Amino acid sequence: MTTTTVAPAPIRQHEPSRVRRSPSRGVSRALRRLPIQILIGLLLVVEIYPIVWLAIGSFRTQSEFLNEPFWALPANFNLDNYVAVFTTGNFGQFILNSITAVFPALALIIVFGVAAGFALEVMVWKGRGGVLLLFLAGIMVPAQMILLPLFTVYYRTNLMGSLWPLIITYTAIGLPLTVFMMATYFRAIPREMFEAATLDGASVLRSFWSVGFPMVRNAIFTVGLVQFFFIWNDLLIAITFTNSSKLQTIQAGLLNFTGEYGAVQYGPTFAAICVSVFGTLVIYLVLNQRIMRGLSAGSVKG
Amino acid sequence: MNSVLGDKRAIAILLGPALLVYTLVMLVPIIWSTGYTLFSGNAVTGFEFVGISNFVTFFTDPAAFDAVVFTLKYAIVLTIGQIAIGYLLSLLYVFWLKRASGVIRTLVFFPVVLPTVAVSLLFQRLFESAPAIGPVNTFLEAVGLHSVDWFGSAGTAFWVIVMMDIWRSAGFYAVLLYAGIIDIPDEILESARIDGATGWQLVRQIVLPLSLPVLLSSIIFSINGTLKVFDSVLALTNGGPGSGTTPLTLYMFRTSFTYADYGYGSTIAFMLTLICLVVTIFIFRSTRRDVTKG
Repeated sequence: MTTTTVAPAPIRQHEPSRVRRSPSRGVSRALRRLPIQILIGLLLVVEIYPIVWLAIGSFRTQSEFLNEPFWALPANFNLDNYVAVFTTGNFGQFILNSITAVFPALALIIVFGVAAGFALEVMVWKGRGGVLLLFLAGIMVPAQMILLPLFTVYYRTNLMGSLWPLIITYTAIGLPLTVFMMATYFRAIPREMFEAATLDGASVLRSFWSVGFPMVRNAIFTVGLVQFFFIWNDLLIAITFTNSSKLQTIQAGLLNFTGEYGAVQYGPTFAAICVSVFGTLVIYLVLNQRIMRGLSAGSVKG
Repeated sequence: MNSVLGDKRAIAILLGPALLVYTLVMLVPIIWSTGYTLFSGNAVTGFEFVGISNFVTFFTDPAAFDAVVFTLKYAIVLTIGQIAIGYLLSLLYVFWLKRASGVIRTLVFFPVVLPTVAVSLLFQRLFESAPAIGPVNTFLEAVGLHSVDWFGSAGTAFWVIVMMDIWRSAGFYAVLLYAGIIDIPDEILESARIDGATGWQLVRQIVLPLSLPVLLSSIIFSINGTLKVFDSVLALTNGGPGSGTTPLTLYMFRTSFTYADYGYGSTIAFMLTLICLVVTIFIFRSTRRDVTKG
């Protein structure tokens, strides 16, 4: 399940013989490669073009959308659509809500999850296998199973008017995968490291903090990234536990733009999608290798 | 030494918070929700014990049946689609692009990190037929076909959901499977080549059997994820037209929060969990048998 993103191991092929080749063979060779090259070109168009179209569309006006073909460029690049997104669309509030809900939950997930991973993998005690399995079960169970009891509790305790339900629920939902992944990373550290620390007189908490933690610092960052994407992109929890538009996260707020009822405001819709895509896209541009590695390792979540 | 690494107080400090949160916010609600299946009512009006009547309703409710059918159909089609395309992509990376595949891998992977709602809104516009004609329909007209009202019928809307989710996830499965294929020792491929295996022969008789373990775990991840589909359907079609594209997750959500029937909502969630469990066990068992046979 570990993904290597280093350069693929060289797969030796028949080295093309260096003897002179007749021109016709060169041509046929190029022709043979042509379908693959077309395929790759097509693949890139399918993956990239929608995003390019999105970015261009965010500058077009309503009448340009309705009266011109989809590939037409906007007459001028002004920011009207973006202004609309942040004023009438109230997107600034959504972004603030997302940040307020996601980052405290992320911090809690990491602190609790790393400590629990250490206790379950490095420490020796009866029943740790069972507890690890218990956490693993949480990855499988659909979130729908916990919505109603939590809704009841949040409703009774009057937490519904705040972002606390999101923070609490995100923390709990993120824990199983984090504990599982951290346990895997701790397993890769030779036990002798901790035994040596113990012989030197370190307490368990000391060897967690001074030996274990520094050795998995990279892994923690990767796990944090994975959890960030899961929570940041969440829709189900966000629409279940927020009861007013003041509390909506980016994903929940973006749903207002589906235009199910009434005409679609194309420009603002495109601009809103752009804004919501922007954050994760920038992070991906900088950290793509690490993200690919992390998400592959966390694929048990499905 | 083991007495130090088995220090009860340290275990409590390190494991306590995670276990407490996990127990209170996940384990207890799971059991609580299972208990709800025997009641009807909601948090505001109060509950009434109804025994197994929710399960009786579930098995006689045509809407529930449709939701089960849609969920299974979606899970099967999407699992086949994303694994097949992911596998082809990974073969492309390993055998044709080789060392140059890094950039393509990164580009094809990126939709995975985009928010589902944003992608759904984008696909609504890509497949739009009126009033503005989207790229897909423009393309269809350009090659002499009629444009299609994709969201007008459940049949075509289903395929838009499938195409979108394949677009989002193929790169992810490609990377996952790529890791499995790259692990195949060079010597095996080399000796197969010397024995005269080429192209598809090589793939079918050497690469496919040797990457079977990673292929099977990918299938399990895929099935487990796709059975729980929610975001993409809600944002793309909102279950419509009518209730033509409503999976169990969305049906549960509607029953619970639009019609405020917690008992029946919990029953649907419970059945979904059961389906996930049964499917996973089924795949695990059948794969183990296949591996020992092969």
